Amino acid sequence: MTETAIRIENLTRDFETVRAVDGLSLDVPTGIIFGFLGPNGAGKTTTINLLLGLLEPTSGRAEVLGFDTRTQADEVRTRTGALLEHSGVYEQLTAEDNLEFYGRIWRMPAAERQARIKELLTHMGVWERRKERVGTWSKGMKQKLALARAMLHRPPLVFLDEPTAGLDVVAAAAVRDDLEALAAREGVTVFLTTHNMAEAERLCAQVAVIREGRLVALGHPDKLRARAGGPRVEIIGRGFNERALQLLRARPEVVAAEVQNQHLEIDLREGTDTAPLVGLMVSEGVQVEEVRRGKASLEEVFLTLMQEEK
Amino acid sequence: MKDDILTVIWKERKGLFRVRGRRAQALLAMFSPVLLAIYFPLQEGAGWVESPLSLLLAFVAPLILVGMSIPDSFAGERERHTLPTLLASRLSDRAILFGKIITSVAFGWGVTLVLLLIGLVTVNVAHWDGHILFYKPSILLADLAFSFLVAMLTAAAGVLFSLRAATAQEAQQTLMAVLLIPPMILQFVLFAILSSESGEARFREVLATLSFEQVILVIVAVLLVLDVVLLMVALARFKRARLILD
Repeated sequence: MTETAIRIENLTRDFETVRAVDGLSLDVPTGIIFGFLGPNGAGKTTTINLLLGLLEPTSGRAEVLGFDTRTQADEVRTRTGALLEHSGVYEQLTAEDNLEFYGRIWRMPAAERQARIKELLTHMGVWERRKERVGTWSKGMKQKLALARAMLHRPPLVFLDEPTAGLDVVAAAAVRDDLEALAAREGVTVFLTTHNMAEAERLCAQVAVIREGRLVALGHPDKLRARAGGPRVEIIGRGFNERALQLLRARPEVVAAEVQNQHLEIDLREGTDTAPLVGLMVSEGVQVEEVRRGKASLEEVFLTLMQEEK
Repeated sequence: MKDDILTVIWKERKGLFRVRGRRAQALLAMFSPVLLAIYFPLQEGAGWVESPLSLLLAFVAPLILVGMSIPDSFAGERERHTLPTLLASRLSDRAILFGKIITSVAFGWGVTLVLLLIGLVTVNVAHWDGHILFYKPSILLADLAFSFLVAMLTAAAGVLFSLRAATAQEAQQTLMAVLLIPPMILQFVLFAILSSESGEARFREVLATLSFEQVILVIVAVLLVLDVVLLMVALARFKRARLILD
């Protein structure tokens, strides 16, 4: 297998007057969960459709598992799994029949198909309910089944389009756990689109952020957090006063300092030692109860990137 | 390709009329073909197997049955958001198209043959005169060919309407309306011709020059051409990119 699962070069797709994907270029390494983040209408689903060869690009090209998506789309679809915008499960069929159908599509031998269906449904905790019609299931269970379907034929790459969207917290966490465990166990490359930054932060080894079809950031979540802001320190206490804040803001290593509800948040430059700052606060009469160091969350990074683009 | 078509048939067969509300709708729609298969044999006796009356059943039954199942198979799949996932699989466009059409045609044609058999049993039970009544060979052949071609025509037209319709119900209604228009126009034309004495005389004159077999052959030929044309159009239009964009 190549080391790059997906290679996208200057990919563009227009729909009449709208440019859904605009000169997108990126590489997705093999064997990782790759987060593809962006607001609604950013072009995430269109990109998946382009990568699966379901749509032709207006210009540019993409290779998935070494196959050109324009000329070898059948090869791409043969080797990938997908959980698209909707779960796509047949509600009139049983869970077992849903997987049986896709197992037949992927020409899995009967014995292997049955063993794999049992393995996946057991892993998802729904084996006992395999004979039930899926229409009677909750949305979270349907999503689990759809995830099992995407993984059924052991594809080296799966596309997951917002797999936890619309699920309650418990169901979303369950789907996330299943995804994380399956991806780790089977060594599959996952191309995951999501709105959920905590999800991306937890699952993804690399993320790309797009807006209006254009790539605005790419890298490890930590790298992106660093880009959006340097280190940060939070001081919890009492007695924050104007003079202490003025002294603090005057220091060259401090980028910004704000007090809210007995919390002083200080944005710092890289490599800053926080101890002198805490000492300064104490010397100015602040009663310090707790000091926390941290970085911006991926959500803050995302919002910053969206603002920058505007 | 054959294995893929069989896979689609497997799924279609499993899901046929299992969508909520569709089974009741199908049973209701079956009412008139079943009535035709029982009422006419009871009324007509031997006339049912010797006259072209059974052709009416061979037209109505596949039209209704395939007209019910094919929109559900295509537009219904899109309505229930299962189509994109199917299109993202390794199945070819043709395997999906043929698998669905074959299932619907087999269902519509198969049930029509059963109804023709019911008609035969009914006429033998109700009008038993010591020997078994059976369809005249020319009538039987016409029934078989006619019902198959009507099923194919309905299926191919159903695919085309389903591609444009937002829901299965919309596709079903449009399909039925469009397929019933030609027989209605034909009825009006015949009525107009037969309403004048000269027209009726001319019509009888033309009919006298044609045998029953010739008339059936002409109808079968027309249906065959229509089937092939509509299937070709359906093949050309059933493309992944178009379906995803729709």
